Amino acid sequence: MAEQEVKLLGAGTSPFVHRVKVALELKGIPYEYIQEDVFNKSSLLLKYNPVFKKIPVLVHNQKPISESLVILEYIDETWKHNPMFPQDAHEKAMARFWAKFIDDKVTTAIRGVLTTEGVQQQENEKHAMEALQVIEGELKGKKFFGGESIGFVDIVMGGITLWLEALEEAAGVKIHDPEKYPSIDKWMQNFAHLPVIKESLPQRDILLQYFRKGRQISLALAAGK
Amino acid sequence: MAEELKLLGAWASPFSLRIELALKLKGIKYQYIEEDLSNKSPLLLKSNPVHKKIPVLIHNGKPIAESLVILEYIDETWKNNPLLPENPYDRAIARFWAKFVDEKILQIAVKFRLAKEKEKEQIIQELGEQLQFLEKELEGKEFFGGESIGYVDVVAYFIVNWLQVQQEVRQIVFISEEKFPVLCKWMGKLHEIDVVNGCLPPKDKHYAYMRAQIEAAKSAIK
Repeated sequence: MAEQEVKLLGAGTSPFVHRVKVALELKGIPYEYIQEDVFNKSSLLLKYNPVFKKIPVLVHNQKPISESLVILEYIDETWKHNPMFPQDAHEKAMARFWAKFIDDKVTTAIRGVLTTEGVQQQENEKHAMEALQVIEGELKGKKFFGGESIGFVDIVMGGITLWLEALEEAAGVKIHDPEKYPSIDKWMQNFAHLPVIKESLPQRDILLQYFRKGRQISLALAAGK
Repeated sequence: MAEELKLLGAWASPFSLRIELALKLKGIKYQYIEEDLSNKSPLLLKSNPVHKKIPVLIHNGKPIAESLVILEYIDETWKNNPLLPENPYDRAIARFWAKFVDEKILQIAVKFRLAKEKEKEQIIQELGEQLQFLEKELEGKEFFGGESIGYVDVVAYFIVNWLQVQQEVRQIVFISEEKFPVLCKWMGKLHEIDVVNGCLPPKDKHYAYMRAQIEAAKSAIK
């Protein structure tokens, strides 16, 4: 059988790349990792993702796929063992719903906290906390979104929350509160302790540096307008 | 066993209309419930407590929200006339473009609606740049789905139609035939297909609604 060629263009600092790494590891799919410098994009990245010019990009037998959620679905459909999605169509729809909620509401607001200041930052902080409150409600009583073992929603949520500490420090804002979000807090601990996660988390000081730089650039851009 | 299928929607919403088209393309019977978005029904609030938005599909009592999520559910549950292609790579490409339409195209269109006069030129340009990606993707194909209507066609049709109606109401060009011959031809083709154009809201009603929205946005900006 011809060897399948899987490449992942990514950066250690990206929670979106992390999602894909986790999925590949969980299914035991060997891949070549190509580190990208997000502040200085390679011609390979621009070739493989001309529309968004972003990582992650999965390249399977030379065919590129972009957008982390699209990539995760592709992985689950191509390598069918250890499925990330539940079998039941309605439950699957709910998993997609929550993944979208996490990216539309949680991720956007948290990123907003990093890239803005003053009143705007306060607005973003409020939205982030509202979104986390909804997640808290959804997670109550469950070990993982996927039940006893992790699934699609856990993988999607993972990077965002584990990146949170470093982001909070760079932004000078506290978003997570174990007292306000006890289920999320417990979930973060359970998730972080999984072997597949433990080994793949970036170092905190690298993240902090990355977030500080990102914040600087964003604020400068906004001021320049 | 009789299946119970309800769609909570709004007559002018491209997100609601795309669900109707998908159901009609598959010949699925459903009960349509028009929601008054200024006075949301208890059923809507119960079925989509997180966003309180339409569309919501309720299948045998179980609600599903978010139009793209609903479309995938429909495709997985009623397997005739599939919207998504069979092979995983083509499915990934279809999902990518659907996301592109809803995130890039739509976001810019909304930005335009809320923009000040002096910002509008820039936004139209931005929209044009993004539409070029769609134009390029469609080149050489009958539809985004290939020989027949697929997922991306269903997703994009009502969004592009919305842009075309905006064009006429505002007397501004967003998608010229000159710059976007492929997209305009594709829209023309879809407008000719009964099951597709049958989903469009009545023209006069739609135009009046758009005009009212534009006026409301203008007063909000002042």
